Amino acid sequence: MNEIKTAQTAVEEKDYTTLNLGPTHPATHGIFQNIVKMDGEIIVDAVPTIGYIHRAFEKIAERRPFYQITPLTDRLNYCSSPINNMGWHMTVEKLAGIEIPKRVQYMRVVIMELARIADHIVCNSVIGVDTGALSGFLYVFQQREHIYEIYEEICGARLTTNVGRIGGLERDFSPKCIDKIEYFLKTFPAVLKEFESLLMRNRIFMDRTIGVGAITAERALNYGFTGPNLRATGVDYDVRAMNPYSGYEDFDFVVPVGTSGDTYDRFMVREQEMWESLSIIRQAMDKIKQMPEKVFHADVPEFYLPPKEEVYNNMEALIYHFKIVMGEVEVPKGEVYHSVEGGNGELGFYLVSDGGRSPYRLHFRRPCFIYYQAYTEMIKGAMLSDAILTLSSLNVIAGELDA
Amino acid sequence: MEDTLLHTIHDKLKSKFGEDIISAEQAYDFPVYTVSKKKIIEIISFLYNEEELGFRFLTTMCGIQFPDNKGGEFCIMYQLHNMPKNWRIRLKVYTPANDMEYPTLTGIFSTANWMEREAFDFYGFIFKGHPNLIRILNMEDMTYHPMRKEYPLEDGTREDKNDTMFGR
Repeated sequence: MNEIKTAQTAVEEKDYTTLNLGPTHPATHGIFQNIVKMDGEIIVDAVPTIGYIHRAFEKIAERRPFYQITPLTDRLNYCSSPINNMGWHMTVEKLAGIEIPKRVQYMRVVIMELARIADHIVCNSVIGVDTGALSGFLYVFQQREHIYEIYEEICGARLTTNVGRIGGLERDFSPKCIDKIEYFLKTFPAVLKEFESLLMRNRIFMDRTIGVGAITAERALNYGFTGPNLRATGVDYDVRAMNPYSGYEDFDFVVPVGTSGDTYDRFMVREQEMWESLSIIRQAMDKIKQMPEKVFHADVPEFYLPPKEEVYNNMEALIYHFKIVMGEVEVPKGEVYHSVEGGNGELGFYLVSDGGRSPYRLHFRRPCFIYYQAYTEMIKGAMLSDAILTLSSLNVIAGELDA
Repeated sequence: MEDTLLHTIHDKLKSKFGEDIISAEQAYDFPVYTVSKKKIIEIISFLYNEEELGFRFLTTMCGIQFPDNKGGEFCIMYQLHNMPKNWRIRLKVYTPANDMEYPTLTGIFSTANWMEREAFDFYGFIFKGHPNLIRILNMEDMTYHPMRKEYPLEDGTREDKNDTMFGR
């Protein structure tokens, strides 16, 4: 009988299960498809497919004036869009040689660090959800709401913020906004502490995360890891510390690192980074208070839109307004790369300008896109449930992955 | 300091590869070297292995097209990083439009895998020796490479929008 296999042949022609994980599955937190080959519950191989929400941002950017590209960057890593916006403004400012006043730089730092906290809150609480702890997630999302209310005070938007302008910010921090930031700084530490006490020394959480989805520092560097995922392996690379931008050199902060590069270390690095971000926001708010008020943009009339009353009453302002809106501003020729420490790694903008109204070529260095290719290697030999956990702890954001 | 970095690396490369290093310039905070295509793998592995250089991190790479630059219509830009010393450099490799073949970097950097697939997808670069050179972001049955300049972003047959007043 051919159908009855001996024990020996059964091992040789082992039956693997092919499982289609995604593209739309609640456990994958976004549109990721992985076709996994499984031996029982152990993953033998995986083939990721990406591009489900590819929107051709790099192509679209070649037709748009510089100030209209900011909304595109919103939609990269939409968990921390202010960092993307600021990164883009700074790229154009570097190209055009615009000097930003210190106060504006610190205001940007406040916004970027709030965004980092919001990003890490999402990622870390979702790691909790994937291990079965839903309450922490619901608890810290209240704090994320506070951050979004601060965004609303600063720019009027919440998720895709489009905050700031080339040359500064669109408006000063209002007294209400400063109150909200102070309130957040006062209440968040207690909440974060409680969130940590829910998970950090929780036996179930530790058993589920320690040693899961680990990667060595060598492999991580070879795979182009940056951000918390790289720091969890023990490499202290942080763009804020290594190539400071927007006045980060004036702040006192620690770059936390892990040792084993597993899910638990990634969680811990993000946790610690939130404390560092809080301290940076405090330092920045103190510095802002000691500076002359009402400075919220650089004096660059050719890039920064004049106030409306000026436009109606002043010829020069009207001309600049027209030129900016029509994208007729002169920019230098050249190529420039600027990177910022995004929520999940080094977010870079490579901009080639031919002096025209829009970039000649714009390339986004998207940290997710670069490190997600290591996912296959990280989950080989792991259980399926650990693969889900590894995915959420990598903080892969579909919008950034597919650009 | 940045200028000296440009010259230090240029001297090292020049003494090793001579004519294959076509030009060197400082573009904002990056030293940029234009190198010849046939030696690109040797140059990058030299930068990777040489004790004092040690560029062990591929930050990013992408394709660019210059249709008016005859004989070098396409270009690939590589950005390397030496993390301990915080040196960052950019290499540019031009190729004519009729020869889109490049050697693959996947043997040195695993991260080059998807970056090269993206460059293939967008511009049609062929990376010789790449383990799995298929489209990554666009759908597989697409017949063209959309980032090329000959494909305008907007539908050229539309008459309701014209750009005679605005833009350059």
